Amino acid sequence: MAGSITPAIVAEGVAAAYGDQLIWRNASFTVNTGEFVAVLGPNGSGKSTLLRLLLGLQPPAAGNLLVLGEHPHRGNPEIGYVPQRRNIDRDLPVRGRDFVHLGIDGNRWGVALGNTAGNHRRVNQAITSVEAQAYAGRPIGRLSGGEQQRLLLAQALAGRPQMLLLDEPLASLDLRNQIVIAELVAELARANGLTVLLIAHDINPLLPIVDRVLYVAHGGLAIGKPAEVITTEQLSRLYDAPIEVLQDSHGHMFVVGLEAESAHHDA
Amino acid sequence: MPDLQLVVAPYFGWDLLRVLQELFRYAFMQHAFEAGTIVALSAGVIGYFVVLRGLSFAAHALSHIGFAGATGAVLVTVAPIVGLLVFTMSAGAVMGALGQRLRGRDVTIGLVMAWSLGLGLLFTRLYQGSANLAIGILFGQIFGITTQEVALTFVAGVLTVVAVVVMYRPLLFATLDEEVAEAKGVPVRGLSIAFMVILAVAVSEAVQVVGVLLIFALIVAPAAIAERFTTRPSRGVLLSAVLAMLFTWAGLTVAYYLPYPVGFFITTIAFGSYVLARWAAPTLTRPRSRGRELLAREEQVRHSP
Repeated sequence: MAGSITPAIVAEGVAAAYGDQLIWRNASFTVNTGEFVAVLGPNGSGKSTLLRLLLGLQPPAAGNLLVLGEHPHRGNPEIGYVPQRRNIDRDLPVRGRDFVHLGIDGNRWGVALGNTAGNHRRVNQAITSVEAQAYAGRPIGRLSGGEQQRLLLAQALAGRPQMLLLDEPLASLDLRNQIVIAELVAELARANGLTVLLIAHDINPLLPIVDRVLYVAHGGLAIGKPAEVITTEQLSRLYDAPIEVLQDSHGHMFVVGLEAESAHHDA
Repeated sequence: MPDLQLVVAPYFGWDLLRVLQELFRYAFMQHAFEAGTIVALSAGVIGYFVVLRGLSFAAHALSHIGFAGATGAVLVTVAPIVGLLVFTMSAGAVMGALGQRLRGRDVTIGLVMAWSLGLGLLFTRLYQGSANLAIGILFGQIFGITTQEVALTFVAGVLTVVAVVVMYRPLLFATLDEEVAEAKGVPVRGLSIAFMVILAVAVSEAVQVVGVLLIFALIVAPAAIAERFTTRPSRGVLLSAVLAMLFTWAGLTVAYYLPYPVGFFITTIAFGSYVLARWAAPTLTRPRSRGRELLAREEQVRHSP
């Protein structure tokens, strides 16, 4: 690996557009190799679009963006991606492990010939790393949300990436599962030296594990330690509106005054 | 085939070799088996992805659009299969370009389908005295197939199967997990178009055997049954192809001995098998030993937010 000298992501004056409408701009930040970054912000603020830029699925409207030392390009094998959770059809006649397998050779033409044993081992490794052995052989549509999330994570890991981009992996999980999955991601990232960008709605289950927070709101981005970014002053400036951050006795953070904003931006 | 009624009652009994000799005694039956087999193989293989991609109705519509093409071709003195291919492939390309947006467009697809049948009706009327032709296209005419048509069917059938084999992994990826597939560099849109065009070719072939109206029996039924019995895509594809072949062989065999249309037998066998499959494998997961535990878990999942 190129090590910690090369940053995983470098953005200089990057702007993102949805259609012909700019959703954020002047984003300059650096994410270091091995960092765990939570991406927060209201609905429609452009969090998923940030991931699309990094994946090379759409070009930046302006600025310069480098991912793992290269310009973003579609099909980058160094990036594992788990999109926002889709509803998987209950009757889909495909096992969880078949999903995981696609993460290794799903983009190759033809049918699998040769090296099937090697791929098989990699699939098993990925499944074991997310502790999904017990149900990986069952149809994926019949599994619980947390189980599906683990297998989709395994799919992303099976490609042996250097970076994980996870779009709301904690959504629609109960609080206990949110913490379990978040810790699992952190553990895997640490063990494999992965850089992680994880989009979330609630910072609290992530507070013990994130290095920094990337806040996307009101056409701009702000990055920093949670305690630096999620403050009344910072968020009020970012939103250009009165926002208040409250903390309870456990250090949990609550952002107040966002409801109107998020409703306004809902896409 | 009333005009081919045999004078001596054909042999049927336990001597399977004699049964086979009987079945292959006439050229029309040989052709029917040759064409039927390759059509069934390609329909079964493609059908698996049709069902997996939720395109059953689109496939059905394609065959109806083909009816307008086939009857229109006759009107301008071109072989029906040419019109069939041109119409279904063009419509397939459009449907493929729509991709995911095709889903939930039942009303639009249905209207195009009805209009195509209407057009076909007009073309049939304009080309006077050809009710038989229309019936043949609507319900299939496998016993009338010529050596040349068998050859054409063979080429088209092999091409479609080879195309699916080449596209297999990315097509599966794009079908199951479109967003990740796209991020991984799979040409999702191109595959969607290519698949629909290949489906159009398979549908056009299948029309010869079961006709426009009965296409579900060969493209959808075997795949739907296969998906109840296996959760492994590779096995599903193979099982679907084998089932389609068996349905066709069984239908042709029965139709040889009984004076009723082969389309009726193939659809009946397909439908019967589907009912049987639903009864034999009511759920995918059909828990073998851990039945109770699984059901309890599912119950739990359903009740948790």
